[in-house]
Amino acid sequence: MSLNFNFNFTQPSQNKAKLNPEIIHDFLVIGGGPAGFNAALYAKRKGLVTGMIAKRIGGQLLNTSSVDNYLGIKDISGEGLMEQFLDHIHQLEVPILEEVEVTSVEKVNDLFEITVNNQTVYKSKTAMIATGSNPRKLGVEGEQEYSNRGVAYCAICDAPLFANKEVIIAGGGNSAVEAAIDVAKVASKVTVVHRSEFRADQILLDQMMSNPNITVFKQTQILRIVGDVKMTGVEVLDKSSNETRMINADGIFIEIGNIPSSDLFSDLVQLNEQREIVVDSKNMTSVPGLFAAGDVTQVAYKQIIISVADGAKAALAANEYINHHNTSK
Amino acid sequence: MQKMMNEEVQNQLKQIFNDMKNDVTMVLFTQEGECYSCEETKGLLEEVAELSDKIHLELKDINTDLDDVKKYNIEMVPSFVILDSKKEYHGVKFNGIPAGHEINSFIPALLEMSGAVNEEIPADFLERIAKIDKPVNIKVFVTLSCPHCPGAVQKAHKLAMLNKNIEGEMIEAQTFMELSNKFNVSGVPKIVINDTLELVGNQPIDQFLAQIESL
Repeated sequence: MSLNFNFNFTQPSQNKAKLNPEIIHDFLVIGGGPAGFNAALYAKRKGLVTGMIAKRIGGQLLNTSSVDNYLGIKDISGEGLMEQFLDHIHQLEVPILEEVEVTSVEKVNDLFEITVNNQTVYKSKTAMIATGSNPRKLGVEGEQEYSNRGVAYCAICDAPLFANKEVIIAGGGNSAVEAAIDVAKVASKVTVVHRSEFRADQILLDQMMSNPNITVFKQTQILRIVGDVKMTGVEVLDKSSNETRMINADGIFIEIGNIPSSDLFSDLVQLNEQREIVVDSKNMTSVPGLFAAGDVTQVAYKQIIISVADGAKAALAANEYINHHNTSK
Repeated sequence: MQKMMNEEVQNQLKQIFNDMKNDVTMVLFTQEGECYSCEETKGLLEEVAELSDKIHLELKDINTDLDDVKKYNIEMVPSFVILDSKKEYHGVKFNGIPAGHEINSFIPALLEMSGAVNEEIPADFLERIAKIDKPVNIKVFVTLSCPHCPGAVQKAHKLAMLNKNIEGEMIEAQTFMELSNKFNVSGVPKIVINDTLELVGNQPIDQFLAQIESL
């Protein structure tokens, strides 16, 4: 039982700045992850009237048990890092509208109108999309049926439910290997199944390979998830021998990467074939004044530090855009 | 027993409890003999009660204090309810220890029960909540390592506080494995309404209401 207190409750009396629908902002951020935070930080410091609109503060950082590759910060939890980011933003009194869904973004007479699910409209001269991405699904038979009956997507949340049970991890990147190492602490047996070769960091692979509780199958493809009331195992294809077989398990964590959360913007901005938002070298989308940063864009390598840096670029470029726009009028 | 909360957390909480308006009472049910996490839960609640003179703690036994067991629908131990200044029950319940991430549903519940408003709920939601006239029980299954879970628990408790017909309870899935298995909990937060309707994930209050209205 974990008795550590992950305390992150903010005081109601702290007069947190509120996002104001009556004013025209200079820079509004859609999204509450690393890219959004850093863009808000840079924009606010430039003196822009800045605000954030987020469905969920923290984004994927919340699902990351530990972050060991953010320069200058050694061994911190994803949530811990998020709290440091948030603390920095609160200090600058950037208003954040939380737990709302953006339903539309339109450019009307040179202003961006961002509508949220209670119909309130927020206006801004420039805006930035930093909506990140969502877990990719395997797309195999049984995945939907056994979703939440063995099929899970958040290892740190759900690992305790698989104490002394047998668990499969699908995937071969850093998040899959980290999940395997985490889940192996409580599960009786962990089997990592990956359809090709691992692309996780060597330091993580070494940890995984030396764990006696973890078995690894490369070049193995998951064909379907089977079970009765709950899942009982997966059928896999061993690509080297071209044979199919069953691996029994009580649960499977699917850690095979993410798909960009760009659906809402598909009619507004240009997307690439992977449905990532296309941005230029200053993180501007195909719509002038509308920027994008982080995992939702075509940026290579989805990393926290890269999202953070792109957020800064977008904010600085937005500032430049506003200055240029004001003088050219 | 060693203190569970370090000095830093204690000081933070003291500050936060300054915002409490009225008194609140936590009524904790444990039992003699074997009880997973009963001692720890009692310890935690005692520590919290020490941090503010507005927070009171009453200790009960599920096997002997039967009137109270009935009054608050206590079905397992450890379990506790939070009462308002008139010692009235509004359906705010925790089953299992609210440690780990769940401290973030426990502390707001104390504050809100004392009358300190955390976040406003839009008027149209308040109207829908007021209209609920059937008994509604909301179970929110959580683990202590789940960052999204306290949000779901907070919403269940908020609904309970806003309507007498609604009861909202946190259930720590590992402590109550049997119950979790009964409801096929393999991902948290899992929200179960009147033991029949299910929601997975920290859903917006709108989704809670849509399910309740479909009852």
